[in-house]
Amino acid sequence: MKLIFEKSIPERPGFQVPRSDVGKKVKIDKKYTRSESASLPEVSELDCVRHFTQLSQRNYSVDTHFYPLGSCTMKYNPRFTENIANIRGFACLHPLLAQLPNGDHLTQGALQILYETEQSLCEITGMDNYTMQPLAGAHGELTGVMMMAAYHKSKGNKKKYIIIPDSAHGTNPASAAIAGYTTISIPSNAEGVMDIDKLKEKLTGDAAGLMLTNPNTHGIFNNQISEIAELVHAVDGLMYYDGANLNAILGRCRPGDMGFDIVHLNLHKTFATPHGGGGPGAGPVGVKKELSPFLPISRVGKKGDGSYYLNYDYPQSIGYIAAFYGNFSIIVRAYAYIMLLGQQGLQEVGDHAVLNANYIKERLKKYFKLKYDRTCMHEVVFSAAPEAQKGVHAIDIAKYLIDKGFHPPTVYFPLTVKEAIMIEPTETESKQAIDGFIEAMIEAHDLIKKKPEVFKEFPQSTPISRPDEVKAARELNANYFNKKL
Amino acid sequence: MNPYIANTKQDVKAMLDCLGITSIDDLFTDIKPQQQPRSFDLPKGKSEFEVVEEFYHLAAKNATVLTLFVGGGFYDHYVPAAVNSLISRGEFFTAYTPYQPECAQGTLQALYEFQSVICALTGMEIANASLYDGGSALYEAAMMALRITKKNRIIMDGGVSPIYRKILRTYTDNLDIEFVETPVVHGQSDREQINKLLNEKTAAVILQNPNFFGAIDDHADIVAQAHQKGALVIESVYPISLGLLKTPGEMDVDIVIGEGQSLGLPLNFGGPYLGFMATKEKYVRKMPGRIVGATVDGEGRRCFVNTLQAREQHIRREKATSNICTNVSLCAIQALMFLSVLGKEGLKQFAQLNLDKAEFARQELEKIDGVEVKRSSPTFNEFVVCLPRDANAVIAAMIDKGFAAGFPLSRYYKGMDNYMIVAVTEKRTKDEIMRFTECLKEILNTDDRRC
Repeated sequence: MKLIFEKSIPERPGFQVPRSDVGKKVKIDKKYTRSESASLPEVSELDCVRHFTQLSQRNYSVDTHFYPLGSCTMKYNPRFTENIANIRGFACLHPLLAQLPNGDHLTQGALQILYETEQSLCEITGMDNYTMQPLAGAHGELTGVMMMAAYHKSKGNKKKYIIIPDSAHGTNPASAAIAGYTTISIPSNAEGVMDIDKLKEKLTGDAAGLMLTNPNTHGIFNNQISEIAELVHAVDGLMYYDGANLNAILGRCRPGDMGFDIVHLNLHKTFATPHGGGGPGAGPVGVKKELSPFLPISRVGKKGDGSYYLNYDYPQSIGYIAAFYGNFSIIVRAYAYIMLLGQQGLQEVGDHAVLNANYIKERLKKYFKLKYDRTCMHEVVFSAAPEAQKGVHAIDIAKYLIDKGFHPPTVYFPLTVKEAIMIEPTETESKQAIDGFIEAMIEAHDLIKKKPEVFKEFPQSTPISRPDEVKAARELNANYFNKKL
Repeated sequence: MNPYIANTKQDVKAMLDCLGITSIDDLFTDIKPQQQPRSFDLPKGKSEFEVVEEFYHLAAKNATVLTLFVGGGFYDHYVPAAVNSLISRGEFFTAYTPYQPECAQGTLQALYEFQSVICALTGMEIANASLYDGGSALYEAAMMALRITKKNRIIMDGGVSPIYRKILRTYTDNLDIEFVETPVVHGQSDREQINKLLNEKTAAVILQNPNFFGAIDDHADIVAQAHQKGALVIESVYPISLGLLKTPGEMDVDIVIGEGQSLGLPLNFGGPYLGFMATKEKYVRKMPGRIVGATVDGEGRRCFVNTLQAREQHIRREKATSNICTNVSLCAIQALMFLSVLGKEGLKQFAQLNLDKAEFARQELEKIDGVEVKRSSPTFNEFVVCLPRDANAVIAAMIDKGFAAGFPLSRYYKGMDNYMIVAVTEKRTKDEIMRFTECLKEILNTDDRRC
């Protein structure tokens, strides 16, 4: 498909900029102006609408396809939350209004939403306070680890490293490193959870804390968690909960009750806000009381008269981690979702997400190798290692599924499972949609037996076949106007 | 009942039968009784209609009726209808990071086009596919400069957004970095001070154009000085202004970052916004964030993939250039749509209109007795106004008249109690500007005690 630049025709008008009602044009000294206009496309509005409509049709999305991308919780994004986010009173609200004199009064609705979302998340996760500011999950991790550092500094603790299981998301070690900590990796045991004996070996007073996802990326709930928390707390380490997989346990257990001190959530996973082709997300961070003084500023408070205000008066705060109050319009969507579902609706989320995942596990385990053959939570991880011996790798099965009309599961993650195929159906898919996916996987299995060689040809139904990724990196071309790159 | 769960009772029974269990509870036996929630006390669910009504009620408590003359790096621009309509397509907003390029060419090609328009706007060679927002982009740029130069001093111009400077301080608190700040003189960067502070230990000079006070500058001379000392220059830019202004590329700036909210994104009470970053080709491997590159498929057709992923956290883990994973792809695509709808001439005219309206407002404000408008350097669509009394009081009185008149500088700068910055975008009509100046005049003419 042509690029928008290749559809450009010199002097073709697009948008009509309003005529000036203030008279003469101002001239800026040439010293300050660009020598030539930016080479933006010159297309009509219709050209533009067709271009982006056609581009959109080259995507698989939750709206168009089953999207069981493990660890990403690609559930349906209810449309009413879009309508709400677009209400003028939210969409057109300037963030600096809240910082004008009496600004709190100009933004009561927005502050109330931030406050009440924080309260809801506290109850859902068993924490005492939240910051809604982090702009994505990894940003929340960084915020959480910085608070961990501030906590230890305030107590005069000299800490060096953070403990992370080998099944963790890559963002965990990356966030720890940026906050100035080294990391120690702990392997998983035969049950698929962190090996507690190995933890005991490595855990010393130098440990700032432990970062854990529970259920983990193997889709397994670690029920030794309370014991792990005791061990870590005994050396004055902090327990950090990566909320990426919270969807599985909504209403069944809470990180706060499991002994975690810091939690980050991904609103675009559990709370159904759209993923947007890779963001925007939102990564609120919750803490226990002991860590509340270190939360970023500003924080939203509630006065005796029921009004809300921005409070900057926290001398131990780590400071500003974002320009304003978080990805507000994402928070609005999440809060609307929480309000609609209510207590019972939220509990049903985890129940059906887990039921759907186990159903897939049960039906496919005769055909594909299960790394851990036991009850799973929201996702199940198969290994295509046996198929790989016949020359059909996890990625080839993924490409086959694209042709069958499914977005592939996550492949090659977690790193702890060879040829991993990680499937997360979420609660919003019907049994019929899931059955269709299971049938496609079984067909793949049969085809691997008969004709493994054809798998290299998939996908065939998409606008492009497999891209040459080596060429992309070697002959880097990331800017249309600088092709020599 | 959760309306987004499709399973019927029969479906559930069929699945439980397949699993050989009788209840969903049987799937949760890994969670021990003592691990069950001590509380899960949330309100009852509501219907869609009830929730929507409640949010309309909440939205009405926000003062969006005020006529906006507040900017500070975040602007009230018009967004063409086509942009809103196109970005609402579910194929864009309900997809995820393009891990499978064959079924994500829509997102990938759009991000390649986004990177290209950012390069065209800034005059740089290569851009990434977005960062969270302008503030985090500035932090990422500073970290990138430290990695490239392996030095640790950073010189920060006082004209860089004070909000961003605070963010940068937070992030770097645990790291060994020496920050020095230089003041603004006559609205622009203080050359003398910057030159004095530039030394062999300097990793980067951070500048902003137009700066927080709205002043335009040509930083080419500072860039040349910095390069002589082996330091890089990072510049934060306001993309709409680049419809007219000299590009960072033309000034030989090394890393350009900015807040892309002005490119078709609603103000949204602070987010989501759009951080962008562009640099020179030679630094691409030190750049954080996702990069989309062009390549060919098996049949030789052009296509697009995420590339140079060896820099990123999912491959490099603790050795990655940044911990960023999810960025703001949708906002980047929205900005691309905005720039495509406006087009080459459109953006220029759009920028010119901002300039003209601001100049008109500036002239009208100057006519008021006791009001001084700083004119020591040219400005784009925002400027500093000195009032004859405390700006906070005046702004408060203007709110009662229906105007968000400006942002008080005293909030971030000491000793600037009587100053505010006023932003005038293309959306402000002549009529609004005239009423604004009339009201201000009235307020300043009334008894001092009232304010």
